[in-house]
Amino acid sequence: MPTPDRPLGVRVEQIMGTAISIDLRDPAISPAAVEAAFDHLRDVDARFSTYRADTEISRLGRGEISLDDCSPDVREVLERCEDLRRRSDGFFDVRATDARDTGGFLDPSGFVKGWAVEASAAILEAAGARNYCLNAGGDVIARGEPEPGRPWRIGVRHPEQIDRVATVIEVRDVAVATSAAYERGEHITDPHTKRPPKGVLSVTVVGPRLSEADAYATAAFAMGRAGLAWVATLPGYAGSMITSDRRLVWTTEFAAYKSASLPAS
Amino acid sequence: MPPRRAVVTLLATVLGLVLLFSFKTPDGPVDAGAPLTVARAAPTPGVVSTTGSSPTSQPGSAAPAPPQASPSGQPSAAGSQQIDGAVVQTQFGDIQVRIVESAGKLVDIQALQLPSDRRRSLEISSYAEPVLHDEALQAQSAQIDTVSGATYTSEAYRESLQSALDHAHA
Repeated sequence: MPTPDRPLGVRVEQIMGTAISIDLRDPAISPAAVEAAFDHLRDVDARFSTYRADTEISRLGRGEISLDDCSPDVREVLERCEDLRRRSDGFFDVRATDARDTGGFLDPSGFVKGWAVEASAAILEAAGARNYCLNAGGDVIARGEPEPGRPWRIGVRHPEQIDRVATVIEVRDVAVATSAAYERGEHITDPHTKRPPKGVLSVTVVGPRLSEADAYATAAFAMGRAGLAWVATLPGYAGSMITSDRRLVWTTEFAAYKSASLPAS
Repeated sequence: MPPRRAVVTLLATVLGLVLLFSFKTPDGPVDAGAPLTVARAAPTPGVVSTTGSSPTSQPGSAAPAPPQASPSGQPSAAGSQQIDGAVVQTQFGDIQVRIVESAGKLVDIQALQLPSDRRRSLEISSYAEPVLHDEALQAQSAQIDTVSGATYTSEAYRESLQSALDHAHA
């Protein structure tokens, strides 16, 4: 008999410049499916990287090719990014980023990672996975339960301490994305002012799709403290924000996810 | 523990400011295209307009201060200040919030503009939960399965909680 309450092991691979963890809690999922899930991320990374000069994205950013010359995947990504730009009043803007190594001005990576991870999750599901957690550099898809009767407990990283969490949520079947300015030096800026937003340390968005949650968190962070009110307008999505004076604020819907089992200090 | 009960427990036991905004919308059918009643700010959103005499104003900002769409601009009480956020235009309508700070601490978030059909979603529970260093949670005691955070570099991952959790379950 399977023992579903025992983790079957976490696999970690370094892809897209970050660590991708797949934590499968279903027994008898083919290792080949896990490989395929990782391979998909490597494939997307190769095709969408802004750090390589020869990708379609880089060439499009430099104006060497037009959107019509691009593959259907690239067109889909850019169409969805454009939709997000409109819906976020320009705060999510793949063309507002600074020039990167390639000299291009087009960087959809704030959407692509979540979009790619969604597809990897679909590969796992096609192989029968129903209870798993996929964590791509802090952006999470959590499906089913880690063990029967218990929700996934996801810590929201403390914005100032890498080994601590600021709050804990309990979820089943959601995506969770957090945007902050604590790493990489490529701080999120408000596309309208080209300046970092004020008053906010991190924004976490919870909802059905990781591609959207990731973009929403990015946009809300760029909006500054107004961002949380914007998240509250998004159907099906909840959010929380850690302000620069170290307070946690959240939308009504987010309260349903918050764990009460917070240890005393 | 059921989430609903968990929330009740949390809210009932922690001292702090709990604000529940209930934004009034006209009774009866709401015309999705109903005009908003508050003037729109200039197309320079994103700048937090600091009103009153604030040390957090942005003298270096190239963007002009947005026109005031609301009767803000006055410190509401001794030691407190109001900061109106930019107007964010969404598919549902415009959003603008006002931040009230006192002695440098966030004490209130008020909605100046809200889409008329988003009433339920736009209740924001603003509760000033401290996330001070000493009170931050350690993974072990918090018993978490995974961590959400902004993108880990490979180097940062090695120091992260997520790395420790992955090792524990590998």
